[in-house]
Amino acid sequence: MPVEIDLRYVARLARLELGEDEIATLAPQLAQILEHAGRIAAVATEHVPPTASPLPRVNVWRDDEPEPPLPVDEALRNAPDREGDRFRVPRIVEGG
Amino acid sequence: MSRGSPDLCDLSASELGARLAAGEITCAELAESSLRRIEAVEPRLGAFLTRTPELARERAVELDAYLAAGGPRTSASGIPTALKDVLTTRGVRTTCGSRILADYVPPYDATAWARLSGAGAVLVGKTNCDEFAMGSSNEHSAFGPVRNPWDLERVPGGSSGGSAAAVAAGEAVWALGTDTGGSVRQPAALCGIVGLKPTYGRVSRYGLIAFASSLDTVGCFTRSVRDAALLLRAIAGHDARDATSLDAPVEHPGRDLEAGVAGMRIGLVAGALEEGVEPGVREAVRTALDRLAALGAELEEVALPHAEHALSAYYLIAPSEASSNLARYDGVRYGVRAAGEHTDVAEMMARTRGRGFGPEVKRRVILGTYALSAGYYEAYYGQAQRVRTLIIRDYEAAFERVDVLVSPTSPTTAFRLGERLDDPLAMYLSDIFTIPANLAGVPAVSVPCGFADGLPVGLQITGPPLAEARILRAASALEADLGLDLRPPLLASL
Repeated sequence: MPVEIDLRYVARLARLELGEDEIATLAPQLAQILEHAGRIAAVATEHVPPTASPLPRVNVWRDDEPEPPLPVDEALRNAPDREGDRFRVPRIVEGG
Repeated sequence: MSRGSPDLCDLSASELGARLAAGEITCAELAESSLRRIEAVEPRLGAFLTRTPELARERAVELDAYLAAGGPRTSASGIPTALKDVLTTRGVRTTCGSRILADYVPPYDATAWARLSGAGAVLVGKTNCDEFAMGSSNEHSAFGPVRNPWDLERVPGGSSGGSAAAVAAGEAVWALGTDTGGSVRQPAALCGIVGLKPTYGRVSRYGLIAFASSLDTVGCFTRSVRDAALLLRAIAGHDARDATSLDAPVEHPGRDLEAGVAGMRIGLVAGALEEGVEPGVREAVRTALDRLAALGAELEEVALPHAEHALSAYYLIAPSEASSNLARYDGVRYGVRAAGEHTDVAEMMARTRGRGFGPEVKRRVILGTYALSAGYYEAYYGQAQRVRTLIIRDYEAAFERVDVLVSPTSPTTAFRLGERLDDPLAMYLSDIFTIPANLAGVPAVSVPCGFADGLPVGLQITGPPLAEARILRAASALEADLGLDLRPPLLASL
């Protein structure tokens, strides 16, 4: 069964800008990949629990020992834009 | 057949360790040997994204002084080492092969590197790879392809193609890579070296820039099985900084290298030598199995009934995890932000990601976002996780019958540059034999087992969780018996 994806919608969910040419290339590729991947629908899995991690460890605890934090300048060193000790970004809310 | 005279950088870490201990060579001489090789072959290979010759020289001199003053030598002391550029290095640019991290300088070391460095390893550079480790040919690097030292018109495999090529060509004595679906074993096979993917959690993932967190492992590239054991031993063990790291004791993975395979039960994965596998690969693997039988191993065929669905499950699980992990590249805290004016933060993020990511990363982010989206989650991601359980059970049943499983590492030898670039599904099929071990979290090693048309072929040996010593024992027996000459032709021209 051919898979139809609303690529513009999914790209918006992924916060990923795609050009028209990219959408034209991606659409048939993703359909083909999903057609292959979708074959797992045929595997009988009633009563089979899902595996999220191969060697599961639950409730991993460690002692809460204070360590020196990353200095602010190091934490901000890779920032594309900063203002003082903060990351600077375009406005997030209307009228900001 | 002699292909150029070997230099220090062509020797194994175990042999170099003996020479260093005997005072026959210095760390500085060893570093120079590696740096000279890099100068000589790098213009043709493109294995490195960042070279660190000054750091290497400085560190080697420091080590020589330390050892001369009676400081303890380890098996990593002075060994020229390359790191895949997805492992963070404090103060040394780490790009993940991506434009979006082109200028990223991490403020911390990956645990695997911190341990290796602490044991005296000498960093010669960071190696090229597919962008965010997504690929099987290294052609998805934003900084250009790597070429295979066996044939410069062919790919080295991927995603850790730079690490594999660097070790095969003697630019480094050993290297670390990462293996999420075969990214250590497949390039090792295509470049004629040993590639070890340890049990999930055996090596800390702290500082391994995440692709798919439930599948990612740090792995070893070496030119001998013994070196793989030494390298794993240097990096393995519990790390409080990675909640998925195992706290099981680390026994020396090289403890049984001389034990041979007499009486070992070896299971050939059913169907692993059938259609889709190149005749030359089939023949080399069959010959290797005959040798293992001649050495006393008991061979039988073992089915992994759900392995045929592993590729499908993987291409839902890995992109799903990737789409979540790569959400952090939003142009705010690190990475390259798209230039120009943006009306709001959402537009800035979408543009940054659209311009910063390459085509394969976009493909997987979209695929993962779709598989996790409302209405599709259970049919795709949920079902893939259930199939993953069945694959784990297949391995558990198989290891009740046999000690190790074998198959080709890759269905083909190194393919030509560009050959699979426009056909993502064909590229994904490169990993058909390696992916199941990642889904199950079990250890596997690729060891050279022969040639097809002059190109190396790898045999994959897989074991149950934490049985690294056992798979290396089998690999070592085969390596000793075959005695292959694995110096690539490129080195003859030096």
